[in-house]
Amino acid sequence: MKVGIIDYEAGNVRSVQFAFDRIGVNPIISNSNDELKSCDKVIFPGVGEASSAMTALRKTGLDQLIPNLKQDVLGVCLGMQLMCNHTEEGDTRGLEIFNTSVKKFEPGLKVPHMGWNSIWEKSIFMKGKGVPDDLDMYFVHSYYAELCEHTIFETDYGIPFSSGLKKDNFYGFQFHPEKSGAWGEQLLKYFLDA
Amino acid sequence: MGNDLKKRLIPCLDVKDGRTVKGINFVGLRDAGDPIELAYKYAQEGADELVFLDISATHEKRKTMLQWVEEVAKEVNIPFTVGGGISSVDDVYQILRAGADKVSINSSAIRNPQLLTAIANKFGNQCVVCAIDAKQEQDHWSVYVSGGRTKTELELFAWAKEAESLGAGEILFTSMNQDGTKEGFALEALSKMNEQLSIPVIASGGAGSMSHFKDVFTLGKADAALAASIFHFGEVSLPDLKSYLWDNQIKTRQIWN
Repeated sequence: MKVGIIDYEAGNVRSVQFAFDRIGVNPIISNSNDELKSCDKVIFPGVGEASSAMTALRKTGLDQLIPNLKQDVLGVCLGMQLMCNHTEEGDTRGLEIFNTSVKKFEPGLKVPHMGWNSIWEKSIFMKGKGVPDDLDMYFVHSYYAELCEHTIFETDYGIPFSSGLKKDNFYGFQFHPEKSGAWGEQLLKYFLDA
Repeated sequence: MGNDLKKRLIPCLDVKDGRTVKGINFVGLRDAGDPIELAYKYAQEGADELVFLDISATHEKRKTMLQWVEEVAKEVNIPFTVGGGISSVDDVYQILRAGADKVSINSSAIRNPQLLTAIANKFGNQCVVCAIDAKQEQDHWSVYVSGGRTKTELELFAWAKEAESLGAGEILFTSMNQDGTKEGFALEALSKMNEQLSIPVIASGGAGSMSHFKDVFTLGKADAALAASIFHFGEVSLPDLKSYLWDNQIKTRQIWN
């Protein structure tokens, strides 16, 4: 299986690369539209600020490529947020794949939302695969995607939000599966098997 | 208001010239001086994060740092922080690029507070841990640098607040009064700091028993607790500690093997 990680100067692609190496898949890292189109699965990572990340995507035409990919695409953290309609971070228009908006956490709880938090499955992704109900994943973020019809995982941090999204061949994880222990790696495997 | 965020347990490893220091007494390790093997073991046991402090004396030896950081990033599937002698944005770039998730800045942030801002602007505040070593002298908490050898003019709570506004994403507070005593964390100071900050606080210094961890999360209101020797010498195991905390209504990450 050919797995491609989108490289657009936004964040740590290496952690994601190492996680796939650990589960026995050697991914390629690329910003070439042709090369990414030839992959069986595409990972869209991201750490950083939303508006500058979108600018970086536009520079290489990736903003046009990603929504038109036919293979399975997984956005992680900022990658997932950029696949939504809009984010308050830098008042940035997204790729409009997931029909939801990204908001800043209200003051009250500590921000960034940092650490291990439960993901509650709202739609079929892992059901019947022997996954425990109360599964913790590692989060680091200051903005959250609101719940919507595409929510597959819900997490509670003062407010319930979308920690997983799925629409057709597009998936998004707000948490970092590459940093979420053995179960995080298991979720990456489920994505590869999807 | 719901909140399922877990309290974090963080073993800390001191690394010198690519080898862990402080006698580490782990059963079943081929090489207890190998930071990679030790990190892997802690991750398997349920550590929520790891902190590595490089205490190599010379610049030359510190270059080996990037090698083991990259090896840890390849082997370990939980987040980790690297600290020790980081003094420029380029240092941070190299360490993050090798695969670390966060950097810990201590003396350099005091010498050059704008460094925190520069790192946060470039890489985001989530990767900036500001480490503060402080000692209580009567009612005053003084901040120390250079591994606790040099006293500064700074006061703990004011500096923590300033570090937050400069761009730190977390504070790692070590109480020098407690460090090494195994008599419990600096609960009062931690609780006060926690109320004044809107970023997470990692408590360090004083862990000697499981009940100290219960206290640091309840009375000390800490978001995470860091310890070294109690884990290294197997006095408290991470799985036992986690089940003890759950029995005391403190939520931590479950491993579900």
